[in-house]
Amino acid sequence: MKIGTPKEIFEGENRVALTPDSALQLQKLGYECLIESGAGNAAGYSDKVYKQAGVKIVKTAAALWKDSEVVTKVRQPSSAELKRLSAGQTLISFFNPAANEQGLDLAKTKKANIIAMEMVPRISRAQKMDALSSMANIAGYRAVIEASNNFGRFFTGQVTAAGKVPPAKVLIIGAGVAGLAAIGTATSLGAITYAFDVRPEVAEQVESMGAEFVYLDFEEQQQDGAKTGGYASVSSPEFREAQLAKFRELASEVDIVITTALIPNRDAPELWTSDMVKSMKPGSVIVDLAAEKGGNCKQTVLDEKVVTNNGVTIIGYSDFPSRMAAQASNLYATNIRHMISDLTPDKNGELNHNMEDDVIRGSTVAFEGEITYPPPPPKVNAIAAKTQEKPKELSPEELREKEREDFNTQTRQQVIMLAVGGAITLGVGLVAPASFMQHFIVFVLAVFVGFQVIWNVSHALHTPLMAVTNAISSIIILGALMQIGSGSFLVILLAALSVFMAGINIFGGFLVTRRMLAMFQKS
Amino acid sequence: MELGFTTAAYVVAAVLFILSLGGLSGQESAKRAVWYGIVGMALAVFATLIGPGSGLWALSIVLIAAGGVIGYFLAARVEMTQMPELVAGMHALVGLAAVFVGFNADLEIKNVSSAITAETVKDLTGFAALVAKKSPVEINILRVELFLGVFIGAITFTGSIIAYGKLSGRVTSAAVKLPGGHFLNAAAAIGSVLCLFWYLQTGGMLPLLLMTILAFFIGFHLIMGIGGADMPVVVSMLNSYSGWAAAAIGFSLGNDLLIVVGALVGSSGAILSYIMCKAMNRSFVSVILGGFGGTSGPAMEVEGEQVAIDADGVASALTDADSVIIIPGYGLAVAQAQQAVSELTKRLRAKGKNVRFAIHPVAGRLPGHMNVLLAEAKVPYDIVLEMDEINDDFPDTDVAIVIGSNDIVNPAAQEDPNSPIAGMPVLECWKAKQVFVSKRGQGTGYSGIENPLFFKENTRMFYGDAKDSLNKLLAMID
Repeated sequence: MKIGTPKEIFEGENRVALTPDSALQLQKLGYECLIESGAGNAAGYSDKVYKQAGVKIVKTAAALWKDSEVVTKVRQPSSAELKRLSAGQTLISFFNPAANEQGLDLAKTKKANIIAMEMVPRISRAQKMDALSSMANIAGYRAVIEASNNFGRFFTGQVTAAGKVPPAKVLIIGAGVAGLAAIGTATSLGAITYAFDVRPEVAEQVESMGAEFVYLDFEEQQQDGAKTGGYASVSSPEFREAQLAKFRELASEVDIVITTALIPNRDAPELWTSDMVKSMKPGSVIVDLAAEKGGNCKQTVLDEKVVTNNGVTIIGYSDFPSRMAAQASNLYATNIRHMISDLTPDKNGELNHNMEDDVIRGSTVAFEGEITYPPPPPKVNAIAAKTQEKPKELSPEELREKEREDFNTQTRQQVIMLAVGGAITLGVGLVAPASFMQHFIVFVLAVFVGFQVIWNVSHALHTPLMAVTNAISSIIILGALMQIGSGSFLVILLAALSVFMAGINIFGGFLVTRRMLAMFQKS
Repeated sequence: MELGFTTAAYVVAAVLFILSLGGLSGQESAKRAVWYGIVGMALAVFATLIGPGSGLWALSIVLIAAGGVIGYFLAARVEMTQMPELVAGMHALVGLAAVFVGFNADLEIKNVSSAITAETVKDLTGFAALVAKKSPVEINILRVELFLGVFIGAITFTGSIIAYGKLSGRVTSAAVKLPGGHFLNAAAAIGSVLCLFWYLQTGGMLPLLLMTILAFFIGFHLIMGIGGADMPVVVSMLNSYSGWAAAAIGFSLGNDLLIVVGALVGSSGAILSYIMCKAMNRSFVSVILGGFGGTSGPAMEVEGEQVAIDADGVASALTDADSVIIIPGYGLAVAQAQQAVSELTKRLRAKGKNVRFAIHPVAGRLPGHMNVLLAEAKVPYDIVLEMDEINDDFPDTDVAIVIGSNDIVNPAAQEDPNSPIAGMPVLECWKAKQVFVSKRGQGTGYSGIENPLFFKENTRMFYGDAKDSLNKLLAMID
């Protein structure tokens, strides 16, 4: 089958859905790759490198759409592009199905299959095709870079001969993929980074990236991100108030704010209010990654950079991935390639659109003349729900009660064992002669001592313990030595053999133990 | 020399032996503890040589010295990776010695009874003189004791030889049973009991010999039926047996030191076996009866694919990591990779990374096997941690490296109630951010169970011989 990639027609879109690298991989799966002439130019891939990778260059978009059974794209297709769809053709692209009824209807009438890359379920198996994450990663990185570009100072604190430079303070709101990427970039530039998220469980991830998590003084049961597929959901008004109060407190302190708060299928919540912008120091920078959805700050202007009266720069670009087209194309093409490889289980260059597969079903929004959006909930939960409730904290009384119970069972066990052991010993004593009983006492005591002593041996020394016990078990030599003086030749022979073997054992055992122990050393 | 002196020497020796075992509670005190053991043994042998009832002491010393030279060379030459074989092999010697001493006791009883009929009792010396004083009931007890000693000794002998063979790879490590399985063992055991009654009735040599052969068979067949993965339990169990055999012989010879030491060794081995079994969440009986129990349902489907990685990838992940936990297993011993691991550890630590080792209680083929190997390669013991100490740290760890272990890192033990190893405590390495598994190929572990760890998202398979793989890594981490 043929996979074709047209040039993106959206103004300012530099990315491309096929790279020479991904083309090579797709060819290994048995596909033939086509690309519209000049499609990769903006991302730094000329027609020549595509040709070297075995990709066929097609002059016009019309010819490409006509030729390919599978079309891969980056941006949501325009209606002009959708009209080029033919029956049975598969389109893999961002599609925004939630707000694109027109597009879905068009696909339905054309009987084309649409795989929307933003619909890839968030399960671990599908991570390799999660284009939202890979694009968000770039956006987070680029947001910090843009901020620093518009920020007049160093990020890192320095003490130089020409004076002291305080470190920049960065607040990142929303610790999703983009937020985490921004945290990583900001901390590695040397800034003091704070991060906030409504999902308290990400605090650990935030801290692992080197930022400080901003905790709220708020006593509501926090939302469990696992239930919403790892995304944030709407929070209560009280929670919102507490959150804004915290931000107000921070506003005068921080130099750079990067907001990434998005709730799926809703307008972005306003988190950075006008009064906060006002209280910020001149020269501060706000990067609003939610600009496309209305922005977390109401003063954000989509796709523009504005400077407020008090000298705060607000950046509302929505094309961060496109600004790093080479990197973005690379990652996106790999996501697409993984998607196609999942669609080609037999590696025979034929698409097998298996609607039983959770990932494929979830991301398919139109299939054989039917709109299949929204998908049914996936069979596998996105993130393991918190299965293990923490064991209930025991109250002091319960704890004491439990201790006493444990103690009682222990006592009971010990008494029973003592009683049984005593009874057996007494029973033996009744029938056995006195000479035997003397030895028997020694034996029982020795077993007892052995049990007491061995429990204390540390695990690391179990092999030396076995070597030592092996060495001292050659105490059997005493028996042989006692018999070797006998008159009978046979006895002497057997005893001599025993002495000899035990001799090997004594020396071998102790020496090996010493060798082993000599090796243990502290650092 | 008087009996009093010998007894006093025995008491001192017994105390020294107890101190010797007790001293193994810590690495430093253990070095002292071995000397206690050596002095105790020297004292015991010396006291017996000059004590009542011995003779031919020149011959004895020569034999001990000759044995000592052989023992010395064995111990000095052995590779640390072959330690399990050596220990198992030496158990065999103790077992055989116990059998011989038991036979001797029987021969002496006959000599004594013939001496009594010939009225030359006064000429008897040593053990024989002791026997001569016994009443018929005591003689019977004596016979039961020596019978027991020979029985256990014989099982220890063949069992240890098979264990030695399995550990050194001379005998297949798979569980092999003759047709009839454990019925054969049971039949042999019952036959031995019958021999005991026969022996008590007649006092003849024949039932004793017959029983010895049966016991040889039990030892052979029992251990053949146990798979290589259970060898730590087997070796410590045989260790225990050799102790009980010595104790039984001690009873028949009326020698308290033999009883004390035998009991010490016996209980030590028993506790070790218990600890091992607990670490595998299996009952002692099921280990001894061999093989894993049947599963109660279909095993969980393993989803995903095994993703391979090359040394480059591992090296860069290690360079980026702050904390690393290495989980060694038997494969490390097989590949003799302990030096390479140690070198890797040294280099990573020099870069300021937190490198630690996680040791599962049943890793390797001997209890504590991994600790010894790592110690040989001069890995400091304070970064070598037990399962319970380190299991909670995996979520905070950047990289976990699994080298040659399989079942002890199998998440199926926790996730799949139908798995044969369900409930066995395992090292939760999959909770680390990234896991590398160094493994020779795609096969399963000794227990033959599929390991879902290898299919996890954060797991990468680093195929190849452990030593070669690590050396490749070393070249990339300066």
